[in-house]
Amino acid sequence: MSGMSRRKFLVTSLAGSAAVTLAPACKAMASGSFEGYPDGMGVLVDLTRCIGCRSCEAACNKEQGLAPPAQSFEDKSVFDQTFHGGQKRRTDENAYTVVNRYDPEGATKPVYRKSQCNHCNEPACLTSCFVNAYTKTREGAVIYNSKVCVGCRNCMIACPFQVPAYSYSSAFNPMIKKCIFCYETRLKNGQPPACVGICPQEALTFGYRDELLKIGRARIKANPDRYVDHIYGESEVGGTAWMYLSSAPFEQVGFDTTMGKEPIINNVKDFLGTVPMVLAIWPALFTGFHLLAKRQEHGTEGDHSNNEES
Amino acid sequence: MKTMIALGIKPVDSQERAPGRRWSLLEKVLLGLTPRQYLSQAVRNPMNWILGLAMVVGLPFILERFIFGLGAVTHSSNDYPWGLFLGFGLFCMVPLSASGFMLGTTVEIFGRHDFEPIERLALLNGLLGYLFAVVYLLVDLGQPWRLPYPMTVAFGPAAVLFLVGWHVATYLSVQIAEVSASFFEWMNWLWGKRFIRRIAVGLTVSGIILSTLHQGALGALFTYAPGKIHPLWYSSSFQWIHFFCSSIPGGLCMVIAVSTIVSKTMAWRCDETFKNSLDRLTVSLAKGASMGLITYLTIKLIAVAHDNEWAYLATGWGQWYLFEIFFGVVLPLVLFARGIRYNQVGLIRFAAFVTIFGIVLNRLNTALVAFNWKLYQEIPHWKEIVISLAIFALYVATYRFILYRLPILFAMKPLPQEVPVAAAETVRAHNTPEPAPVAAYRTGLDK
Repeated sequence: MSGMSRRKFLVTSLAGSAAVTLAPACKAMASGSFEGYPDGMGVLVDLTRCIGCRSCEAACNKEQGLAPPAQSFEDKSVFDQTFHGGQKRRTDENAYTVVNRYDPEGATKPVYRKSQCNHCNEPACLTSCFVNAYTKTREGAVIYNSKVCVGCRNCMIACPFQVPAYSYSSAFNPMIKKCIFCYETRLKNGQPPACVGICPQEALTFGYRDELLKIGRARIKANPDRYVDHIYGESEVGGTAWMYLSSAPFEQVGFDTTMGKEPIINNVKDFLGTVPMVLAIWPALFTGFHLLAKRQEHGTEGDHSNNEES
Repeated sequence: MKTMIALGIKPVDSQERAPGRRWSLLEKVLLGLTPRQYLSQAVRNPMNWILGLAMVVGLPFILERFIFGLGAVTHSSNDYPWGLFLGFGLFCMVPLSASGFMLGTTVEIFGRHDFEPIERLALLNGLLGYLFAVVYLLVDLGQPWRLPYPMTVAFGPAAVLFLVGWHVATYLSVQIAEVSASFFEWMNWLWGKRFIRRIAVGLTVSGIILSTLHQGALGALFTYAPGKIHPLWYSSSFQWIHFFCSSIPGGLCMVIAVSTIVSKTMAWRCDETFKNSLDRLTVSLAKGASMGLITYLTIKLIAVAHDNEWAYLATGWGQWYLFEIFFGVVLPLVLFARGIRYNQVGLIRFAAFVTIFGIVLNRLNTALVAFNWKLYQEIPHWKEIVISLAIFALYVATYRFILYRLPILFAMKPLPQEVPVAAAETVRAHNTPEPAPVAAYRTGLDK
C-alpha cells in the first residue's frame, strides 16, 4: 500500500517534471518592450510627395525576381480596382509592395499610399511563429526563412497590417511572401531598398530610424498646415521601421488607427504568464486531490461504487 | 449486426471461444463471425454506405489539395489564412474531446469509480477527437511533412502555437497510453494493462496539465489578432480561460451525445453494466456540464464588462453574439436544470446536443465569422466542406470500428484460470476496501 503510493508519487512527479521541461514555452516574455536595435534602419514615407507612379512596385518586382504583373506598372487603372469586400489592392505573393489611391474628404487631389511590410520593432509574425522562421535583424529588417516554415499561417493571423501573403497555388513548396527590406541584396550592405532608390519624388527617405523620426518631426514643424501632427509607425504596435507622414487623417488613407501602442505580443502575455504557474501548481494540486479523495474512502462516507452495481 | 444476433450469433466478448479454445486475432477482428457473415452484415448496414459515400466523394478533393495546393480547394486567402479545416477541425474537435481528461480526473483523481462504465468511452472520445484534429491540421498545413519541425528542427518557444504543438503531441501519447488498457485487455496482454493501471494517476495528472494549457492555448492563439476579431469574441485577458472553461461542458456533453448514439445504434455491443448505469451517469455528467456552462456564461459576461463592450450588444454583431449565448449556453442550462430536477434523461440528452451546437458555433464564430469583422466575411469553399465531411466520416468510421471490438462499452471476459489474478490486480490497482463492484465490472465475475 505504502509502496504503491510512493511509486505513484514518483510517477506523478516524473510526469510533472517532464511537463516542466516544456517550460521554455514561456521564456521571459514579460521582459520590457523592445524598442528596436539602436542602429536599426527605416524608411519614412511622405504621402504628400507621392504621385502614384508605381515605379517602386516595378523596382520591387525586378529586385525580388517576382512574376510579371497582369497589368503593366504604368497602368493607372489598377487604382480603380476593388476586391472582396470593397478592398483596395493588397500585397500578395507576386507584389511585396502596392500603391493605392485614396480620396480623403475635402482634399483637392488624391493621396497615394504605398504599403509593404512595416518591419515592426517587435513583430507579431515573429512572436507567433512556432519554428522561429522570422528574424528581426540588427539593420531593422524582418526576414523570413522558408526552409523551416511549416505553413501554419499563424503569422498572417497575427500581423496587424495584414502583410504576409502565402503562395497558396504551390502544392509542394508553399511559403510566406512578404517584403524583406531587400535585406540580402541591399540592406545588409548598407544600401537602401530598391523602391527607395527608384522613387523620383523622394517620397521615401531611407536612414536610421532615430534620424527619420527627427526628420519627420522637423517636416511637421516646418509645415504644420501640410501635415497631420503624427508620424504613423513611431509608436503603433510598439513602433515600426517604416513610418508615414500624411496630409490627410490616417484613417482616411487606408491606415488602421485603432491598434494602439502596445506590441501585439503584449496581448498574449496574460496567457503566457499562466503557463509556468499551471505547470508548477497542477501536479501537486491534483495529486493532492487524489490523495484526499482516497482518504475519504476509508472514512464513514464509504465509497460511491457500491451504489447500483453490486 | 442485429440480424446476426437474432440468428443466434454472439459477438466476441471474451477471450475464449469455447472452453480451452481461445479466439484468434482474426476472429476477434471479425467479431467472431465468419468472413462471409461479416461481409454480409457490413453490406447490409446503411451507415457503412453513408460513411463510404462521404469518403469516396471527398477523396478526389483531398488528392486535389495535395497535388494542386490549398488554393485549389479552399477559400483560404491572404486575408483569411484559416478556413474550415482549422475553424472546425481543430478549434471544434479539440474542445469536444476534453472528455478524456474530465472523466479521467473524475475516476482516477477523485476516486469516483461509479463513473467507470463510461470512462473508457470518454477516453476513446478524447483520443480520436485529438487524432482527427491532427488529421484536419495535416490537410491544412502548407507543408504537412514538416509537422515535426517545431520539435526537432527549429524552435519558437515563445509562440503559443509552439505550446499547442508540443502539448497536443504529448497529450496524444498520454491518451494512447490510457486507451491502450482496453487494447491490452482485448489482446489479453495483462502485463500491459497492469502497467497502465500502475501509471494511471501520473497519466491522468499530466493529462489535466496538458489539457488546461492547450485548450487555453487554442483561445490564446486568437489574442494575436486583437484588431481582427470582433471585440465581443475577443478578450486579451480571458480568451484562454473562455476556451478552457467551455471545453469542460463540451467534452462532457460529447460523452452524453456519443453514449446516446451508441446505446441506440449499437445496443448489442453495450453490456448490462453500461446500459444500466447510463441514465444515472448521464444525469451526473449533466450536472458537471451545467456547472461548466454557468461558469462559462459568467466569465463571458465578465469579459464584456471588463473591456466595456456593452455598446456592441446593440449592433448586428451583438445580436449574433446574444444568439450564440442564448442558444448555445442559456438554453442548454435551462434544459439541463429541468432535466436534472425532474430526472428527464431524454431532455438532458437533447440539451447535450444543444451544448455541442453552442460550442461549435462559438469556435466557428471566433475563427471565421467574427474574424476580419472590419473587412468582409468569407464563406468556405464547397470543396472545403466536402473534405471536412470526408474526414469526419473517417472519424466516425474509426470510432465505430474500435467500439465494435475493444472492450469500451462492455467488459471482456478473461480466461477462467486468470480470473483470480485479474481480480486481485484490480483490487490492488484501485486500492478500494470493497473491490467487489469494481471487479465485477472489469472482470465480469458476477455474470
